[in-house]
Amino acid sequence: MAQIRIENVRKEFGTFTAVQSSSFTIEDGEFFMLLGPSGCGKTTTLRMMAGLELPTSGEIYIDGEEVGMKPASQRDIAFVFQMFALYPHMNVGKNISYPLLSQGMPKAQVKKKVDEVAQILGITDILKKPVGGLSGGDRQRVALGRAIVRDPKAFFMDEPLGALDAEFREHMSEELRALHDRMGATTVYVTHDQLEAMQMGDKIVVMNHGVVEQFGVPQDIYDWPATMFVASFIGSPSMNFLNFHGIVGSGTNSVDLGDSQIRIPEQHGGARGDLALGVRPEHVHLDDSSSYRGEVTATEYLGTTQIVTLNTPNGEIKARIPSSDRVHVGEKTGLHFDERTITVFETEKGRALLSAGNEGVLNHG
Amino acid sequence: MSFSVTEPSNRTKWVAGTAVVLYAVITILPLMWIIATGFKSPADSISYPPKILFEPTLEGYVNLFTQRTRLNEEDLAALPPPETWYDEMVREQGQVITGASRYGERFMNSVIIGFGSTFLCMVLGTAAAYAFSRFRVPLKDDLLFFILSTRMMPPIAVAIPIFLMFRQLGLNDTHLGMILLYTAVNLSLSVWLLKGFIDEIPVEYEEAALIDGYTRFQAFYKVVLPQAATGIASTAIFCLIFAWNEYAFAVLLTSGTAQTAPPFIPTIIGVGGKDWPAVAAGATIFLVPVMVFTILLRKHLLRGITFGAVRK
Ligand SMILES: Nc1ncnc2c1ncn2[C@@H]1O[C@H](COP(=O)(O)OP(=O)(O)O)[C@@H](O)[C@H]1O
Ligand SMILES: [Mg+2]
Repeated sequence: MAQIRIENVRKEFGTFTAVQSSSFTIEDGEFFMLLGPSGCGKTTTLRMMAGLELPTSGEIYIDGEEVGMKPASQRDIAFVFQMFALYPHMNVGKNISYPLLSQGMPKAQVKKKVDEVAQILGITDILKKPVGGLSGGDRQRVALGRAIVRDPKAFFMDEPLGALDAEFREHMSEELRALHDRMGATTVYVTHDQLEAMQMGDKIVVMNHGVVEQFGVPQDIYDWPATMFVASFIGSPSMNFLNFHGIVGSGTNSVDLGDSQIRIPEQHGGARGDLALGVRPEHVHLDDSSSYRGEVTATEYLGTTQIVTLNTPNGEIKARIPSSDRVHVGEKTGLHFDERTITVFETEKGRALLSAGNEGVLNHG
Repeated sequence: MSFSVTEPSNRTKWVAGTAVVLYAVITILPLMWIIATGFKSPADSISYPPKILFEPTLEGYVNLFTQRTRLNEEDLAALPPPETWYDEMVREQGQVITGASRYGERFMNSVIIGFGSTFLCMVLGTAAAYAFSRFRVPLKDDLLFFILSTRMMPPIAVAIPIFLMFRQLGLNDTHLGMILLYTAVNLSLSVWLLKGFIDEIPVEYEEAALIDGYTRFQAFYKVVLPQAATGIASTAIFCLIFAWNEYAFAVLLTSGTAQTAPPFIPTIIGVGGKDWPAVAAGATIFLVPVMVFTILLRKHLLRGITFGAVRK
């Protein structure tokens, strides 16, 4: 059980900066997601926390103790690698018992622990098998077994489901989450799959180009993205941006797009220049009474909902509406945006402006 | 008849099979001839046309391991009756055994120097290869190239400096000197081969071991070494074969205490006429250790060679 705190951690490989001055806190017992596109520095961040990589600068605290210079073997954490890294020259049971043997635990006790873990993971019948011929799911379970057998302070997992096929991923992710809830140990989980992060995580850090873009609970990140990157990375289809040039003053609660006035949450910061309104597709409603209009260019049927693509004076947007609503390509329609959910972005900096809506979420960081 | 891309036709198989058998015969024939000659009598060994079928005798082996002297009939008759079968065999040639030959010692020298240098080479080579593979070594590429470059000229090109150096250091005709020399010659290739093998082992295995609470050395010893066994075995065979067969340096630098078998075997010819069966017997026994070593490790050797071959 552990709280992990990252403060201004930075990692350079030669002249290339893989992680730039990152800070966040992982609370005890949390299922914590490190989310971002491939190459953004997730693995590097995790490896620094694990002690497999030394930070160029900054501090890492585990339970209040600074561990930056402590070797991996002394941090008492478990790491599940992307390719599982099961020792190929040992059988399943031996693999699971390996972390215990390093502590010099007596044989009988080791066996008891291994059996216990095998029971939890449902792999008792393959304990004697070599790891070579195992299926993806079983390899995953053995890797987990090796991680949990030692009761470490925290689990670090680097895209642990990446090697599994889609169907099995879902099953395994549920299994993982259930395992976490049962053991209650702090878990840091790396993924590039925003859906996985939203489904499984208690908290999410979104990274891009080595920078922490936002950090918080999934719902807050989804509703109140701090940057345009987060807005477009999370959600499918991603957040719409209605681009415009103008001024948003502090205290304003509407903007003018052409002849239409769009209501927005009361603004607490102000900006001028290239701006954008961020609206989630499910907050776009087709409403003929509205003066803001768009033309339907495509529809995509998804069962209970459909995604409608529209051309507007401020760019292409998508709306998620019930399938029962009849829309036709080429049709012109009025558009209404859910005013409480709109975020205003400064396009150049890509940052959200503070408003009555997102202030509570963005100000703590 | 259907045509298949993956399955060779019968005729192709037949041609390939014949070619392989022919090649095998050509390679094995001289070996067989040496082994056969070792069991021939001196007369059979030089008879013309050569004898395929002959009456086998151990004379060659007895002569290989003994020193003998020729006596005249009278003195022979005056001796007490022979005590052993090999005594008797020698007397029939009109000779008596005066002692053991040097072959046993020379063979042991070969074993000590060959296996000793191979072992040392594997220890140093694996350590160096691991470091080059895993750590950030300053000037890594230049160093690796330098190491390989020591192998670019034939080793014997440096014979004279080495001879002088050995004389200065008192390493002439010592086991230690020969072990060091063969290790030095083999090390460069070993480092390169082994680095290739270690590069192929994902670093995650060691990291997993580090996280499991093992030290860097334990991780190397318990996780990397077992996985590098194939590479180490095949590299060891290359090293042993070189050290075992090496002739030029052995002639130059050893004469007594540390003389290996290769320079010794030809000297057998001189002892009492051209004793081809004894030479052949010496060669046959000399072949055995490398053959056994290779056969024991053959699985690794094959895998090792193909393993290295698919690297980019
Ligand atoms: N050992 C290394 N040497 C040089 N560059 C590295 C090294 N490890 C990672 N990088 C670079 O750092 C960046 C972040 O890598 P990584 O943390 O693995 O990304 P992610 O896990 O988010 O896909 C990548 O551009 C990668 O090429
Ligand atoms: Mg990664």
